[in-house]
Amino acid sequence: MAAAHRQNASRKMKAKVFVTLKPSVLDPQGKAIKHSVELLGYEGISDIRQGKYFEIAVEPSVNSETARAEAERMAREVLSNPIIEDFRVEIES
Amino acid sequence: MKFGVIVFLGSNCDHDAYHVISKHVGQPVDFIWHRETDLSSYDAVIIPGGFSYGDYLRAGALASFSPVMKSVKEFAAQGKLVLGICNGFQILCEAGLLPGALIRNRDLHFICDHVNVRVESTNTPFTHELVAGGILKMPIAHAEGNFVCDDATLAELNREDRVIFRYCDVNGQITDTANINGSRDNIAGICNRGRNVMGLMPHPERACEDLLGSSDGREVFRSLAGVLAAAA
Repeated sequence: MAAAHRQNASRKMKAKVFVTLKPSVLDPQGKAIKHSVELLGYEGISDIRQGKYFEIAVEPSVNSETARAEAERMAREVLSNPIIEDFRVEIES
Repeated sequence: MKFGVIVFLGSNCDHDAYHVISKHVGQPVDFIWHRETDLSSYDAVIIPGGFSYGDYLRAGALASFSPVMKSVKEFAAQGKLVLGICNGFQILCEAGLLPGALIRNRDLHFICDHVNVRVESTNTPFTHELVAGGILKMPIAHAEGNFVCDDATLAELNREDRVIFRYCDVNGQITDTANINGSRDNIAGICNRGRNVMGLMPHPERACEDLLGSSDGREVFRSLAGVLAAAA
């Protein structure tokens, strides 16, 4: 019982949000990175796009469905700008 | 008529705007803290340049969620005048008051320079005293001024005469070389459908005195003041 309680308390659920520029939007930073990478001799790279990654720690009391729904809402309303960016949410429990 | 200049954490052209309104327009003006929600005593609000909230997340994004911006949306919906300059333009786009978005400059540099823009429309309260096709020299200072929008939005902006300024060369030609930050269609400033909200990347408030290199920006504020005086 005590062990189960400890395990529950230490459970760390995370919502991971990946924000990427829409394919149609130019990414000058990604372009510059690709240029540098090629100067270093890396071969066979056709494109590099830079994005953003958010790790959201979720309270243990929240179930994963709610966590996903809230993370998706947050991604849509705050973390991304839908005019230029797409997002993807993963829940890690 | 009364002007308000909104102040966010990280605004840095708020005093320039205040100075221009009080000295060159000669009208009462207040600073409005970002936590304020009552804009009822104002006729026009300026969202100034700067680096609100350190440009964290996206330029203008965090400011667009601040309490005062909710009130600015209501203010704009009443047809009152809202002018967003530089970071203010970014905030208006993030807030959805203007279409499109402003992304990293094409060459990645922070650009601090004087640029020429051509007046594309005088059919706004901010530009009616300007000459259509005229050239204004104004400073820019930004890393994210590259205006992007989808094809449908661009077509709508052009069709509705809502592109107000375009980057041009000294002769007023709209060229790719003159397009300093890579903006779509050389767009430097646009207005909303109601024409009462305008955003632009160049700084008219920093181009109001010859001593500072240009006084071309004065006409923008003169236009604004003229419209408000006529309405009063």
